[in-house]
Amino acid sequence: MDGMRKVNIIGAGLSGLSAAITLAREGIGCNLISSQPSERAQSVLAEGGINAALDTMGEHDSPDEHFEDTMRGGCRLEEESAVRSLTRHAPEVVKELVRLGVPFRSENGRLMLRNFGGQKKKRTAYAKSSTGKMIMTALIDEARRYEAEGLIERFPHHELVDMDIQNVSLRSVTVRDSYSGGGLSFPGPVILCTGGLNGFFEGATTGTTQNTGSAAAIAFLEGVRFANLEMIQYHPTTAQIGDKRMLISEAARGEGGRLFTVRNGARWYFMEEKYPELKNLMPRDVVSREIALLNKESGCTGEVFLDMTGLDRTAWEARLSDLREEILAYLHIDPKSTPVPVGPGIHFFMGGIWVNDLHETDIKALYAAGEAACKYHGANRLGGNSLLGAIFGGHIAARSAAKAAVPIDIVPKTLPEGIDSSAQERKKLREALLSGLGIVRTPEAMEQAKATIEALTRSEGSSAIDRDRAYLGLAIAESALLRRESRGAHYRTDYPSSDEAYKSFTLAERDKDGVRVFLAPKTKEGEQA
Amino acid sequence: MTYTISVLRKERGSEETYRESFLYEAETEHDTVASALRALNARERLVNADGIPARKIEWECSCLQKKCGACAMLVNGRPRLACDARLSELPSLTVKLEPLKKFPTVCDLVADRSILFENLKTLRLWLRKDAELADRDRELAYASSECIQCGCCLEICPNFYAGGSFSGMASVPVTTRLLAELPTEEAKEIAKLYAVHTFEGCGKSLACKDVCPRKIDTENLMVNANAFALWKRKRRRKNDN
Repeated sequence: MDGMRKVNIIGAGLSGLSAAITLAREGIGCNLISSQPSERAQSVLAEGGINAALDTMGEHDSPDEHFEDTMRGGCRLEEESAVRSLTRHAPEVVKELVRLGVPFRSENGRLMLRNFGGQKKKRTAYAKSSTGKMIMTALIDEARRYEAEGLIERFPHHELVDMDIQNVSLRSVTVRDSYSGGGLSFPGPVILCTGGLNGFFEGATTGTTQNTGSAAAIAFLEGVRFANLEMIQYHPTTAQIGDKRMLISEAARGEGGRLFTVRNGARWYFMEEKYPELKNLMPRDVVSREIALLNKESGCTGEVFLDMTGLDRTAWEARLSDLREEILAYLHIDPKSTPVPVGPGIHFFMGGIWVNDLHETDIKALYAAGEAACKYHGANRLGGNSLLGAIFGGHIAARSAAKAAVPIDIVPKTLPEGIDSSAQERKKLREALLSGLGIVRTPEAMEQAKATIEALTRSEGSSAIDRDRAYLGLAIAESALLRRESRGAHYRTDYPSSDEAYKSFTLAERDKDGVRVFLAPKTKEGEQA
Repeated sequence: MTYTISVLRKERGSEETYRESFLYEAETEHDTVASALRALNARERLVNADGIPARKIEWECSCLQKKCGACAMLVNGRPRLACDARLSELPSLTVKLEPLKKFPTVCDLVADRSILFENLKTLRLWLRKDAELADRDRELAYASSECIQCGCCLEICPNFYAGGSFSGMASVPVTTRLLAELPTEEAKEIAKLYAVHTFEGCGKSLACKDVCPRKIDTENLMVNANAFALWKRKRRRKNDN
């Protein structure tokens, strides 16, 4: 298929697949570049479900209410136009997944929806607690059709190691074939679908170890603008297994799971007492913060348990059987009979590469989607909106990139020096970020993190990629310091309230002196420049 | 507890293999082969059991909770996921690690499993029209969709070899889901290719069933695929309960 117009997609998880399929349906090809095959992508770990106001549960739900819940959950930091579009298209996204054969829970032909955090109505379509895996399987099968037609060409053991941006325009990307060790250069437009910044917090997140965060660091170094880097979601119910956090799906609380701590020797269902309306299903930022602040309560142990012992048999058999197996296998506890010790863990990055409503970055011919991009989730993402945002964002990015598609000649390329990061340098950066950007942030800890990371950017003997990573790390710390308010996932002790003056994105760019962070000018209510 | 992790090593581009052992002090009884490999590679200076500096151990890893299939390898000769192999449950304090052998070795514990994905293309496994999934087939579609394409079933299979006509069990979950979701008329090509490349080559040892890390009931999936593809079980109409 010589001469076929193509786009390069980096990342073969949900947003990358969505983009690839969208392009293929328009007769446009893609090079689908990923460090491992789609089956290994983090998207397969998504559990609880995908939101869409399909209104199948007789609750008179509507896209407007989905919009309102998303905006409220995100503390109104997100752009209204983007969220409006996302929530309006959500029912069509889920219907398309049904057409692709995703085995969502359905009874008598009715698609079932479950309760999820921050939403007053049942709006989350699900397949037990393996929704991400089920959706990925269907999309992988759909993509295969276009692979056979030559429209999707996979490069499934290839990692991004360099980007060439000149005059605010992307020229090419360089990738390393991890099997041969050789380099390849791909000219042409690129959609970055490389996921969130887990790699900066190795071992402290629920995500994949495949994500190193290096792709984002390379983009940042080359001048790509990032937004809201301080907005890091701590999921309230995770548990340490080895050197990662295991997610215990919000679906457990959606089905009736209750959080408690022990105070003065007795169980205290603190969420139910403090938030009588949504109780255990408050948005994730609120629940995680309540957990983090429990140690300030007198007589309270601070240990938190998720009590699922009251769930009925149908919930366990039909809707959460896989979750139970997982808890049994890795925590060695039967959640049917014993409350499970849980705690907050890093789960999602609302911030990322800045994109406009068309998913264009500030660099020509470069687009971003999925968790890599900062778009739909404001200061706190609602459960069930990430799968939706990944599919929808991938779709929009592909439609934008399609206009820039060109025939692409891949050529061998000598790899640059310094592309391997060191475990020790990664660890230093991780420790600094974790100590400064916890759930409850103090000015001292954030300043200390900034100072430590600044030193890492100047560290003698570290490789180029480790210095690039340190610069993006510095941007994260500086973005947190710049936002002098508390909003959603960003909670600081010196500014504990939200401030209208900061209802705006923090933007971060690389400049010759290091990094530059600034607040986006407000154009009109709820929109960003 | 100190474990000796014995790794079959091969450098990228070289044909030569050799064994190298590493000492690993387990932190908890829940430590897995994956935690051992990650800890060894995180050391500032990796030395082997003889105290000689060694290069990092190459292996593939992603989710660490047996949901992605990346870390499939031979643990004491048996194909399994490194993140699912608890050291405390292995029979001895010496653990032998090797790459899956049915696939070409790239380096160390990394096997090139591309044949898995190539076979699915050869079998033309995709929907021909919109899925029509009856509620009663939903569990089957769910169970089929659980396959992580790790390759353990092919490694243990006495009939599968890379480059042969038999595609092995790894293609069956995909086939079963599609057959359960497509009207019979639209599934003819898939059924035909299934008969030739899967059904005819399977010796029914069902070793795949024992070894599957997702505990997929491969026998059941195959019984269903056979019914749809070979015995022309009429697909129930959508929502016909």
